Amino acid sequence: MSASQDVRQVIVIGSGPAGLTAALYTARANLAPLVVEGVEAGGQLMLTTAVENFPGFRDGIMGPDLMAEMRAQAERFGTEILQGDVTAVDLRERPFRITVSGREYRTQALIVATGASARLLGLPSERALMGRGVSTCATCDGYFFRDQDIGVIGGGDSAMEEATFLTRFASKVHVIHRRGELRASKIMQEKALANPKIVWTWNSEIEEIKDPAKGQVSAVVVRDRETGRRTEIPLSGVFVAIGHQPNTSLFTGQIDLDAAGYIRTHDGSRTTVPGVFACGDVQDHVYRQAVTAAGSGCMAAIDAERYLEDLAHAAHAGAGGIAAKP
Amino acid sequence: MATEKVQVFSDGEFDQQVLKNTAPVLVDFWAEWCAPCKRLGPTVDALAADYEGRVVVGKLNVDDNPSTPGKYGIRGIPTLLLFKGGQVVESVVGLVQKDDLKKLIDRHV
Repeated sequence: MSASQDVRQVIVIGSGPAGLTAALYTARANLAPLVVEGVEAGGQLMLTTAVENFPGFRDGIMGPDLMAEMRAQAERFGTEILQGDVTAVDLRERPFRITVSGREYRTQALIVATGASARLLGLPSERALMGRGVSTCATCDGYFFRDQDIGVIGGGDSAMEEATFLTRFASKVHVIHRRGELRASKIMQEKALANPKIVWTWNSEIEEIKDPAKGQVSAVVVRDRETGRRTEIPLSGVFVAIGHQPNTSLFTGQIDLDAAGYIRTHDGSRTTVPGVFACGDVQDHVYRQAVTAAGSGCMAAIDAERYLEDLAHAAHAGAGGIAAKP
Repeated sequence: MATEKVQVFSDGEFDQQVLKNTAPVLVDFWAEWCAPCKRLGPTVDALAADYEGRVVVGKLNVDDNPSTPGKYGIRGIPTLLLFKGGQVVESVVGLVQKDDLKKLIDRHV
Protein backbone atom coordinates (compact mmCIF):
# COMPACT_ATOMS: atom_id res chain seq x y z
CA MET A 1 0.00 0.00 0.00
CA SER A 2 2.68 2.44 0.93
CA ALA A 3 4.44 1.69 -2.32
CA SER A 4 1.37 2.47 -4.38
CA GLN A 5 0.75 5.72 -2.55
CA ASP A 6 3.64 7.47 -4.19
CA VAL A 7 2.50 6.25 -7.56
CA ARG A 8 0.33 8.85 -9.26
CA GLN A 9 -2.60 7.98 -11.43
CA VAL A 10 -1.85 10.75 -13.95
CA ILE A 11 1.05 13.06 -14.60
CA VAL A 12 0.70 15.76 -17.23
CA ILE A 13 3.88 17.21 -18.71
CA GLY A 14 3.29 20.74 -19.96
CA SER A 15 1.02 23.59 -18.94
CA GLY A 16 -0.26 25.18 -22.12
CA PRO A 17 -3.92 24.93 -23.18
CA ALA A 18 -3.55 21.19 -23.89
CA GLY A 19 -1.88 20.29 -20.59
CA LEU A 20 -4.15 22.41 -18.43
CA THR A 21 -7.31 21.13 -20.13
CA ALA A 22 -6.10 17.55 -19.63
CA ALA A 23 -5.49 18.47 -15.98
CA LEU A 24 -8.93 20.05 -15.62
CA TYR A 25 -10.68 16.94 -16.95
CA THR A 26 -8.59 14.40 -15.02
CA ALA A 27 -8.96 16.49 -11.86
CA ARG A 28 -12.73 16.51 -12.27
CA ALA A 29 -12.52 12.72 -12.70
CA ASN A 30 -10.89 12.55 -9.25
CA LEU A 31 -7.54 11.43 -10.61
CA ALA A 32 -5.60 14.13 -8.71
CA PRO A 33 -3.31 15.01 -11.62
CA LEU A 34 0.18 16.37 -11.18
CA VAL A 35 1.16 18.93 -13.82
CA VAL A 36 4.86 19.50 -14.39
CA GLU A 37 4.62 22.98 -15.81
CA GLY A 38 8.06 23.37 -17.35
CA VAL A 39 10.26 26.41 -17.57
CA GLU A 40 8.08 27.83 -20.38
CA ALA A 41 5.01 27.53 -18.14
CA GLY A 42 1.77 28.50 -19.83
CA GLY A 43 3.20 27.71 -23.24
CA GLN A 44 3.26 29.83 -26.36
CA LEU A 45 0.22 31.90 -25.39
CA MET A 46 2.33 33.50 -22.66
CA LEU A 47 4.21 35.27 -25.43
CA THR A 48 1.20 36.56 -27.32
CA THR A 49 -0.87 39.66 -26.79
CA ALA A 50 -4.59 39.60 -27.53
CA VAL A 51 -6.15 36.24 -28.39
CA GLU A 52 -9.17 37.06 -30.55
CA ASN A 53 -10.19 33.55 -31.59
CA PHE A 54 -10.71 31.64 -28.37
CA PRO A 55 -14.47 31.01 -28.17
CA GLY A 56 -16.24 32.62 -25.26
CA PHE A 57 -14.26 35.86 -25.18
CA ARG A 58 -16.04 38.11 -27.63
CA ASP A 59 -13.75 41.06 -26.95
CA GLY A 60 -10.62 38.90 -26.96
CA ILE A 61 -8.42 38.08 -23.99
CA MET A 62 -4.70 38.55 -23.38
CA GLY A 63 -2.77 35.29 -23.80
CA PRO A 64 -1.22 35.35 -20.29
CA ASP A 65 -4.62 36.13 -18.75
CA LEU A 66 -6.21 33.22 -20.57
CA MET A 67 -3.50 30.90 -19.24
CA ALA A 68 -3.89 32.22 -15.70
CA GLU A 69 -7.62 31.44 -15.92
CA MET A 70 -7.00 27.93 -17.24
CA ARG A 71 -4.49 27.27 -14.51
CA ALA A 72 -6.79 28.50 -11.75
CA GLN A 73 -9.64 26.45 -13.15
CA ALA A 74 -7.51 23.28 -13.19
CA GLU A 75 -6.32 23.97 -9.63
CA ARG A 76 -9.85 24.54 -8.42
CA PHE A 77 -10.59 20.85 -8.99
CA GLY A 78 -7.47 19.56 -7.30
CA THR A 79 -4.69 19.75 -9.87
CA GLU A 80 -1.27 19.91 -8.29
CA ILE A 81 1.23 22.02 -10.20
CA LEU A 82 4.95 21.45 -9.98
CA GLN A 83 7.51 23.99 -11.18
CA GLY A 84 10.51 22.81 -13.12
CA ASP A 85 11.34 20.82 -16.20
CA VAL A 86 11.16 17.09 -16.69
CA THR A 87 14.73 15.97 -17.27
CA ALA A 88 14.15 12.27 -17.92
CA VAL A 89 11.31 9.91 -18.72
CA ASP A 90 11.45 6.13 -18.54
CA LEU A 91 8.51 4.48 -20.28
CA ARG A 92 9.94 0.96 -20.35
CA GLU A 93 9.00 0.39 -16.77
CA ARG A 94 5.54 0.53 -15.25
CA PRO A 95 4.50 2.62 -13.50
CA PHE A 96 6.38 5.11 -15.70
CA ARG A 97 9.26 7.03 -14.18
CA ILE A 98 9.47 10.81 -14.54
CA THR A 99 12.40 12.83 -13.22
CA VAL A 100 11.89 16.49 -12.27
CA SER A 101 14.81 18.48 -10.85
CA GLY A 102 16.52 15.31 -9.65
CA ARG A 103 13.40 13.91 -8.00
CA GLU A 104 11.62 10.88 -9.33
CA TYR A 105 7.88 10.53 -9.73
CA ARG A 106 5.97 7.45 -10.83
CA THR A 107 2.67 7.35 -12.65
CA GLN A 108 0.23 4.85 -14.16
CA ALA A 109 -0.73 7.15 -17.03
CA LEU A 110 1.21 9.92 -18.68
CA ILE A 111 -0.17 12.81 -20.71
CA VAL A 112 2.42 14.52 -22.88
CA ALA A 113 1.59 18.16 -23.63
CA THR A 114 5.08 19.54 -24.04
CA GLY A 115 4.13 21.65 -27.04
CA ALA A 116 6.47 23.20 -29.53
CA SER A 117 9.12 25.87 -29.28
CA ALA A 118 10.32 28.49 -31.72
CA ARG A 119 12.52 27.07 -34.43
CA LEU A 120 15.84 28.80 -34.92
CA LEU A 121 17.96 29.34 -38.02
CA GLY A 122 20.80 27.30 -36.55
CA LEU A 123 23.56 29.81 -37.29
CA PRO A 124 26.43 30.17 -34.79
CA SER A 125 26.02 33.96 -34.95
CA GLU A 126 22.34 33.59 -34.08
CA ARG A 127 23.18 31.61 -30.97
CA ALA A 128 25.88 34.07 -29.96
CA LEU A 129 23.54 37.05 -30.22
CA MET A 130 20.42 35.53 -28.68
CA GLY A 131 19.11 38.11 -26.20
CA ARG A 132 21.62 40.58 -27.62
CA GLY A 133 19.47 41.65 -30.53
CA VAL A 134 18.29 38.24 -31.71
CA SER A 135 14.89 37.29 -30.34
CA THR A 136 12.02 34.89 -30.87
CA CYS A 137 9.55 37.02 -28.92
CA ALA A 138 8.40 40.33 -30.38
CA THR A 139 6.09 41.12 -27.49
CA CYS A 140 8.95 40.63 -25.00
CA ASP A 141 11.72 42.43 -26.78
CA GLY A 142 10.19 44.84 -29.30
CA TYR A 143 10.36 47.60 -26.71
CA PHE A 144 14.15 47.72 -26.94
CA PHE A 145 14.11 48.65 -30.62
CA ARG A 146 12.29 51.95 -30.55
CA ASP A 147 13.02 54.05 -33.67
CA GLN A 148 15.46 51.46 -35.01
CA ASP A 149 15.50 49.24 -38.09
CA ILE A 150 14.84 45.61 -37.34
CA GLY A 151 14.29 42.41 -39.27
CA VAL A 152 11.72 39.65 -39.05
CA ILE A 153 12.65 36.31 -40.59
CA GLY A 154 9.80 34.20 -41.95
CA GLY A 155 6.63 34.31 -44.02
CA GLY A 156 3.97 32.60 -41.93
CA ASP A 157 1.28 33.88 -39.59
CA SER A 158 3.63 34.36 -36.67
CA ALA A 159 6.10 36.31 -38.82
CA MET A 160 3.31 38.61 -40.05
CA GLU A 161 1.99 39.08 -36.52
CA GLU A 162 5.44 39.91 -35.18
CA ALA A 163 6.24 42.27 -38.06
CA THR A 164 2.96 44.12 -37.65
CA PHE A 165 3.38 44.32 -33.88
CA LEU A 166 6.97 45.54 -34.16
CA THR A 167 5.98 48.52 -36.33
CA ARG A 168 4.70 50.08 -33.10
CA PHE A 169 8.31 50.52 -32.00
CA ALA A 170 10.61 50.22 -34.97
CA SER A 171 11.18 52.88 -37.60
CA LYS A 172 11.27 50.16 -40.25
CA VAL A 173 10.67 46.41 -40.20
CA HIS A 174 12.38 44.32 -42.89
CA VAL A 175 10.60 41.04 -43.49
CA ILE A 176 13.08 38.58 -44.95
CA HIS A 177 11.52 35.48 -46.43
CA ARG A 178 13.10 32.60 -48.26
CA ARG A 179 10.24 32.25 -50.73
CA GLY A 180 8.57 34.58 -53.21
CA GLU A 181 5.20 34.39 -51.52
CA LEU A 182 3.82 34.26 -47.99
CA ARG A 183 2.45 31.22 -46.23
CA ALA A 184 0.47 33.40 -43.83
CA SER A 185 -3.32 33.52 -43.85
CA LYS A 186 -4.96 36.11 -46.10
CA ILE A 187 -6.02 38.40 -43.27
CA MET A 188 -2.55 38.50 -41.74
CA GLN A 189 -0.89 39.01 -45.13
CA GLU A 190 -3.15 41.90 -46.07
CA LYS A 191 -2.55 43.63 -42.77
CA ALA A 192 1.22 43.33 -43.11
CA LEU A 193 1.38 44.17 -46.83
CA ALA A 194 -0.64 47.35 -46.22
CA ASN A 195 1.69 48.51 -43.45
CA PRO A 196 3.93 51.32 -44.75
CA LYS A 197 6.62 50.61 -42.16
CA ILE A 198 7.20 47.06 -43.42
CA VAL A 199 9.63 46.48 -46.29
CA TRP A 200 10.10 43.14 -47.98
CA THR A 201 13.08 41.06 -49.04
CA TRP A 202 11.92 38.01 -50.97
CA ASN A 203 13.63 34.74 -51.94
CA SER A 204 16.42 35.37 -49.50
CA GLU A 205 18.15 33.33 -46.86
CA ILE A 206 20.05 34.62 -43.86
CA GLU A 207 23.69 33.56 -44.06
CA GLU A 208 25.02 35.42 -41.07
CA ILE A 209 24.05 37.84 -38.35
CA LYS A 210 26.63 40.49 -37.50
CA ASP A 211 28.41 41.17 -35.20
CA PRO A 212 29.05 38.53 -32.50
CA ALA A 213 32.46 40.07 -31.74
CA LYS A 214 30.76 43.29 -30.65
CA GLY A 215 28.03 41.45 -28.76
CA GLN A 216 25.28 43.20 -30.66
CA VAL A 217 23.36 42.96 -33.90
CA SER A 218 24.50 45.39 -36.58
CA ALA A 219 23.40 43.73 -39.82
CA VAL A 220 22.33 40.54 -41.54
CA VAL A 221 23.93 39.04 -44.59
CA VAL A 222 21.29 37.64 -46.94
CA ARG A 223 21.74 35.58 -50.06
CA ASP A 224 19.25 35.80 -52.91
CA ARG A 225 18.23 32.22 -53.67
CA GLU A 226 17.71 32.95 -57.36
CA THR A 227 20.71 35.09 -58.23
CA GLY A 228 23.06 33.97 -55.45
CA ARG A 229 23.84 37.63 -54.76
CA ARG A 230 24.76 38.57 -51.22
CA THR A 231 23.51 41.75 -49.61
CA GLU A 232 24.11 43.19 -46.20
CA ILE A 233 21.12 44.81 -44.53
CA PRO A 234 21.95 47.04 -41.53
CA LEU A 235 19.64 46.14 -38.64
CA SER A 236 19.83 46.41 -34.88
CA GLY A 237 17.50 43.53 -34.12
CA VAL A 238 16.48 40.22 -35.69
CA PHE A 239 13.25 38.45 -34.80
CA VAL A 240 13.21 34.83 -35.90
CA ALA A 241 9.71 33.58 -36.76
CA ILE A 242 10.27 30.54 -38.96
CA GLY A 243 7.90 28.19 -37.23
CA HIS A 244 8.10 25.76 -34.38
CA GLN A 245 9.54 22.41 -33.51
CA PRO A 246 7.98 19.87 -31.19
CA ASN A 247 9.51 19.39 -27.75
CA THR A 248 10.00 15.66 -27.97
CA SER A 249 13.67 15.06 -27.20
CA LEU A 250 12.66 13.34 -23.93
CA PHE A 251 10.74 10.70 -25.84
CA THR A 252 13.08 9.86 -28.70
CA GLY A 253 13.42 6.11 -28.93
CA GLN A 254 10.57 5.51 -26.49
CA ILE A 255 7.49 6.70 -28.42
CA ASP A 256 6.98 6.65 -32.16
CA LEU A 257 7.66 10.09 -33.64
CA ASP A 258 7.12 11.25 -37.21
CA ALA A 259 9.91 12.49 -39.47
CA ALA A 260 9.57 16.04 -38.15
CA GLY A 261 9.74 14.83 -34.54
CA TYR A 262 6.03 15.13 -33.66
CA ILE A 263 4.47 12.37 -31.57
CA ARG A 264 2.31 10.06 -33.67
CA THR A 265 -1.12 9.51 -32.17
CA HIS A 266 -3.84 7.04 -33.15
CA ASP A 267 -7.43 6.40 -32.00
CA GLY A 268 -7.66 9.79 -30.36
CA SER A 269 -4.66 10.69 -28.25
CA ARG A 270 -3.03 7.26 -27.92
CA THR A 271 0.67 6.89 -28.62
CA THR A 272 2.59 3.72 -29.40
CA VAL A 273 3.06 3.15 -25.65
CA PRO A 274 -0.18 2.10 -23.93
CA GLY A 275 -0.83 4.48 -21.05
CA VAL A 276 0.97 7.38 -22.71
CA PHE A 277 -1.24 9.98 -24.37
CA ALA A 278 -0.28 13.09 -26.30
CA CYS A 279 -2.14 16.32 -26.92
CA GLY A 280 -1.58 19.83 -28.25
CA ASP A 281 1.19 21.06 -30.50
CA VAL A 282 3.55 18.20 -29.62
CA GLN A 283 1.39 15.99 -31.84
CA ASP A 284 -0.21 18.57 -34.14
CA HIS A 285 1.62 20.49 -36.85
CA VAL A 286 -1.52 21.20 -38.81
CA TYR A 287 -3.98 23.20 -36.68
CA ARG A 288 -1.83 24.50 -33.82
CA GLN A 289 -4.55 26.64 -32.22
CA ALA A 290 -5.24 27.26 -28.56
CA VAL A 291 -8.73 25.85 -28.99
CA THR A 292 -7.60 22.69 -30.81
CA ALA A 293 -4.88 22.16 -28.20
CA ALA A 294 -7.47 22.47 -25.44
CA GLY A 295 -9.77 20.08 -27.32
CA SER A 296 -7.04 17.49 -27.70
CA GLY A 297 -6.17 17.90 -24.00
CA CYS A 298 -9.73 16.92 -23.20
CA MET A 299 -9.41 13.87 -25.49
CA ALA A 300 -6.19 12.81 -23.76
CA ALA A 301 -7.83 13.13 -20.34
CA ILE A 302 -10.79 10.98 -21.36
CA ASP A 303 -8.51 8.41 -23.00
CA ALA A 304 -6.32 8.29 -19.89
CA GLU A 305 -9.37 7.92 -17.67
CA ARG A 306 -10.58 4.90 -19.70
CA TYR A 307 -7.11 3.40 -19.69
CA LEU A 308 -6.93 3.64 -15.89
CA GLU A 309 -10.39 2.08 -15.56
CA ASP A 310 -9.31 -0.85 -17.74
CA LEU A 311 -6.12 -1.16 -15.73
CA ALA A 312 -8.11 -1.29 -12.48
CA HIS A 313 -10.46 -3.90 -13.91
CA ALA A 314 -7.57 -6.03 -15.10
CA ALA A 315 -5.87 -5.79 -11.71
CA HIS A 316 -9.11 -6.71 -10.02
CA ALA A 317 -9.66 -9.69 -12.31
CA GLY A 318 -6.04 -10.69 -11.83
CA ALA A 319 -6.35 -10.55 -8.04
CA GLY A 320 -9.60 -12.56 -8.24
CA GLY A 321 -7.87 -15.19 -10.33
CA ILE A 322 -5.08 -15.63 -7.81
CA ALA A 323 -7.51 -15.73 -4.88
CA ALA A 324 -9.50 -18.48 -6.60
CA LYS A 325 -6.43 -20.61 -7.22
CA PRO A 326 -5.59 -22.48 -4.01
CA MET B 1 7.03 37.03 2.25
CA ALA B 2 10.06 36.34 0.12
CA THR B 3 9.35 39.46 -1.94
CA GLU B 4 10.36 41.74 0.93
CA LYS B 5 13.90 40.46 0.51
CA VAL B 6 13.93 41.68 -3.07
CA GLN B 7 15.10 45.25 -3.51
CA VAL B 8 13.90 47.75 -6.06
CA PHE B 9 16.73 49.24 -8.11
CA SER B 10 16.58 52.43 -10.13
CA ASP B 11 18.65 54.35 -12.69
CA GLY B 12 19.29 57.11 -10.18
CA GLU B 13 20.58 54.90 -7.40
CA PHE B 14 22.10 52.08 -9.46
CA ASP B 15 25.61 53.20 -8.66
CA GLN B 16 25.01 53.10 -4.94
CA GLN B 17 22.70 50.10 -4.85
CA VAL B 18 24.57 47.82 -7.23
CA LEU B 19 27.93 48.99 -8.49
CA LYS B 20 29.36 50.10 -5.15
CA ASN B 21 27.84 47.24 -3.22
CA THR B 22 30.45 45.06 -1.52
CA ALA B 23 28.25 41.99 -1.85
CA PRO B 24 27.45 40.30 -5.18
CA VAL B 25 24.23 41.76 -6.61
CA LEU B 26 21.72 39.96 -8.83
CA VAL B 27 19.67 42.36 -10.96
CA ASP B 28 16.45 41.22 -12.63
CA PHE B 29 15.55 43.48 -15.56
CA TRP B 30 11.81 43.25 -16.08
CA ALA B 31 8.66 45.05 -17.18
CA GLU B 32 4.96 44.85 -16.43
CA TRP B 33 4.10 43.82 -20.03
CA CYS B 34 6.66 41.02 -20.16
CA ALA B 35 4.95 37.71 -19.48
CA PRO B 36 8.12 35.63 -19.18
CA CYS B 37 9.41 38.18 -16.66
CA LYS B 38 6.37 37.51 -14.54
CA ARG B 39 7.02 33.79 -14.77
CA LEU B 40 10.58 34.33 -13.58
CA GLY B 41 9.50 36.59 -10.71
CA PRO B 42 8.85 33.85 -8.12
CA THR B 43 12.21 32.24 -8.94
CA VAL B 44 14.00 35.52 -8.25
CA ASP B 45 12.01 35.93 -5.02
CA ALA B 46 13.08 32.44 -3.94
CA LEU B 47 16.73 33.18 -4.73
CA ALA B 48 16.55 36.31 -2.60
CA ALA B 49 15.40 34.18 0.32
CA ASP B 50 17.97 31.43 -0.31
CA TYR B 51 20.90 33.83 -0.55
CA GLU B 52 19.82 36.29 2.10
CA GLY B 53 22.86 37.93 3.68
CA ARG B 54 25.18 36.66 0.92
CA VAL B 55 23.79 38.05 -2.34
CA VAL B 56 21.74 41.22 -2.78
CA VAL B 57 18.81 40.52 -5.09
CA GLY B 58 16.74 43.21 -6.74
CA LYS B 59 14.60 44.14 -9.71
CA LEU B 60 14.89 46.99 -12.13
CA ASN B 61 11.82 48.02 -14.10
CA VAL B 62 13.03 48.86 -17.61
CA ASP B 63 10.03 51.11 -18.34
CA ASP B 64 10.78 53.38 -15.41
CA ASN B 65 14.57 53.09 -15.75
CA PRO B 66 15.60 53.09 -19.41
CA SER B 67 19.20 54.21 -19.02
CA THR B 68 20.63 51.24 -17.08
CA PRO B 69 19.36 48.62 -19.58
CA GLY B 70 20.77 50.78 -22.38
CA LYS B 71 24.12 50.99 -20.68
CA TYR B 72 24.37 47.21 -20.39
CA GLY B 73 23.15 46.57 -23.95
CA ILE B 74 20.03 44.76 -22.85
CA ARG B 75 17.92 43.79 -25.84
CA GLY B 76 15.52 41.37 -24.30
CA ILE B 77 13.91 40.61 -21.00
CA PRO B 78 13.92 38.94 -18.62
CA THR B 79 17.66 39.42 -18.32
CA LEU B 80 19.51 38.67 -15.12
CA LEU B 81 22.91 40.22 -14.52
CA LEU B 82 25.12 39.28 -11.60
CA PHE B 83 27.44 42.07 -10.50
CA LYS B 84 30.51 41.66 -8.38
CA GLY B 85 32.71 44.64 -7.55
CA GLY B 86 30.81 46.78 -10.05
CA GLN B 87 31.43 44.34 -12.93
CA VAL B 88 29.03 42.00 -14.70
CA VAL B 89 30.21 38.47 -13.94
CA GLU B 90 27.20 36.49 -15.18
CA SER B 91 24.43 37.24 -17.64
CA VAL B 92 21.35 35.16 -18.39
CA VAL B 93 18.63 35.99 -20.88
CA GLY B 94 15.20 34.37 -20.88
CA LEU B 95 13.54 31.87 -18.63
CA VAL B 96 15.84 29.73 -16.55
CA GLN B 97 15.42 27.13 -13.85
CA LYS B 98 16.21 28.02 -10.27
CA ASP B 99 18.79 25.23 -10.01
CA ASP B 100 20.68 26.53 -13.05
CA LEU B 101 20.71 30.04 -11.61
CA LYS B 102 22.01 28.73 -8.32
CA LYS B 103 24.90 27.07 -10.12
CA LEU B 104 25.81 30.40 -11.73
CA ILE B 105 25.57 32.34 -8.47
CA ASP B 106 27.50 29.71 -6.51
CA ARG B 107 30.55 30.35 -8.70
CA HIS B 108 30.78 33.82 -7.22
CA VAL B 109 29.85 33.51 -3.55
